[in-house]
Amino acid sequence: MPNEHSRGRPALGSRWAQGLLFGVVSVGAAAMFFPFLWTLITSISSRIGVSAKPSLIPQDPSLDAYRQLFTELPFGRVVLNSLGIAFIVTVCQVLTSALAGYAFMRLPFRGRGIIFAAYLATMMVPGQVLLVPQFVIMKDLGLVDTYPGVILPSVASVFGVFLFRQAIDAVPRDLDEAARLDGAGHFRIFWQVILPLLGPTTATLSVFAFMGSWNSFLWPLVILRSREMQTLPLALAGLQGQYTTHWDLLMAGSVISIVPMLIIYLFAQKYVVRGVAGAGLK
Amino acid sequence: MPNRPKPRNRRQTLRYGLTVAAFLLPSALPLAAFVYYPLGQAIWTSFQQWNLISPQKWIGSDNYKSLLADPSTAAVFWHSAQYLIAYLPLVYVFALGIALALNSRLAGRNFFRSIYFLPVVTSWIAVALVWRWLLNPNSGAVNAVLGWLGLPGPGWYNDPHWAMASVVLASVWKDTGFVMVILLAGLQSIPVEIEESALLDGANWIQRLTRITLPLLSPTTFFVLIISLISGFQIFDQVYAMTQGGPADASRVVVLEIYDLTFRYGQAGRASALSMMLFVVILAISVIQLRGQRRWVHYA
Repeated sequence: MPNEHSRGRPALGSRWAQGLLFGVVSVGAAAMFFPFLWTLITSISSRIGVSAKPSLIPQDPSLDAYRQLFTELPFGRVVLNSLGIAFIVTVCQVLTSALAGYAFMRLPFRGRGIIFAAYLATMMVPGQVLLVPQFVIMKDLGLVDTYPGVILPSVASVFGVFLFRQAIDAVPRDLDEAARLDGAGHFRIFWQVILPLLGPTTATLSVFAFMGSWNSFLWPLVILRSREMQTLPLALAGLQGQYTTHWDLLMAGSVISIVPMLIIYLFAQKYVVRGVAGAGLK
Repeated sequence: MPNRPKPRNRRQTLRYGLTVAAFLLPSALPLAAFVYYPLGQAIWTSFQQWNLISPQKWIGSDNYKSLLADPSTAAVFWHSAQYLIAYLPLVYVFALGIALALNSRLAGRNFFRSIYFLPVVTSWIAVALVWRWLLNPNSGAVNAVLGWLGLPGPGWYNDPHWAMASVVLASVWKDTGFVMVILLAGLQSIPVEIEESALLDGANWIQRLTRITLPLLSPTTFFVLIISLISGFQIFDQVYAMTQGGPADASRVVVLEIYDLTFRYGQAGRASALSMMLFVVILAISVIQLRGQRRWVHYA
């Protein structure tokens, strides 16, 4: 992104107006952050029930709700399910996307343009249209309530192919030629020359793939049945049905779901912003 | 094809074909198996009567006819439209305001950008629980604040008139950061020199905003409008977890109806027909906007 840290734009108005603007932006940011704070406070307020009054200072702060989630309820298993599934989805998407990106940029073949258009066209299809048939396919394959059943529909990502295709296009072809003169084939060139240069793209897609899987709800809801297979969003939805007014428990569950993504975001912020902003520019 | 020596014989051609396949199939096969094949199946299923278990029965266009005659079909599309009518202006105005502020020489703008973006990375189910707690009619923080201000707190997700407003409120909170980052990228692609020369010409900030910034931002605005409309018709998680479509079906949206028809009422054929109608609506939005775009978008 040009100009981001450097020059800055002309100020919107006078120094006074700048101060006012800073105030408004600060209040807005506080309002945006408040739900996170409130969730955290509620999760450690063990006495919060139907009758309890909301309060910024938790009465009897304790970690009972978290203890209950991990001892009486299977949240340990649930977190591992979510982590494992998200990790596998991420690795698959990066690999399949990088391979396809290489094919589209470095391996000329007949019908390449049409196939790439067919890839892009899938972005026009809303996922909900595919819900019923995908479920039927998994049922026929005997993959309902299994890890492969959750994972398989998201091993390829057209967004990822798009990212890698652009990134590979930016790698100078001289590097390929040099490797080819050394006798390297396409797999060696891909693995040892191109892929090591695609760190930022890999990071961007990894964050989006992990986030998408960690937060996804509709497909796991359809395909997973038993309690020990549940991912975090499913377990949270179940928690809500079972412990409607145990707000400390519900908020503790939300914290467990939200905090890992916030940490990943804070470390990989630049890649997330690049991915979102890149989507808006041609 | 400058960088590849032309294959000389059949064996080399075959070898090259296998190489292309090895690079392409890991993504092409899943897309074929889990997008194209199911899309065909969805079209086919929409002409069947089927409860997912017993054999399918061909009933022609009956699913479509009965959906079109059923007032609840119009209702679910109308609820999605209601959501969009409230959501779009709110999310755009907030995101634009923040993006404009963060695009100026504001102290701590990277910090603010991080804060505003935080909700984007969270899970909708977790966020829905959080907002049910914030909007809880009896002990929620929002009604407590309204109480201090002397305003009556509505019943939010328990009140048919406020259920969709609850969903909109949570969605605006969650999505503002996403729209802001896209708008910010659009603002940063406007050459600084244009604004500076307007400044030299004595234009005040309202003139600069309405005559320069907003027109030059219109391609980005257009992009935001398209993706918001398309994703707005596809909302599910927040409605499922905040209102279950209630009370009294007041917040029942298209995708929730597709889900319930399939997995609660065993009407997979009807659900597929409804999903095809959703598909057509989404395609129509894209086409109408692609045409309208030429009239009002100024590409820089």
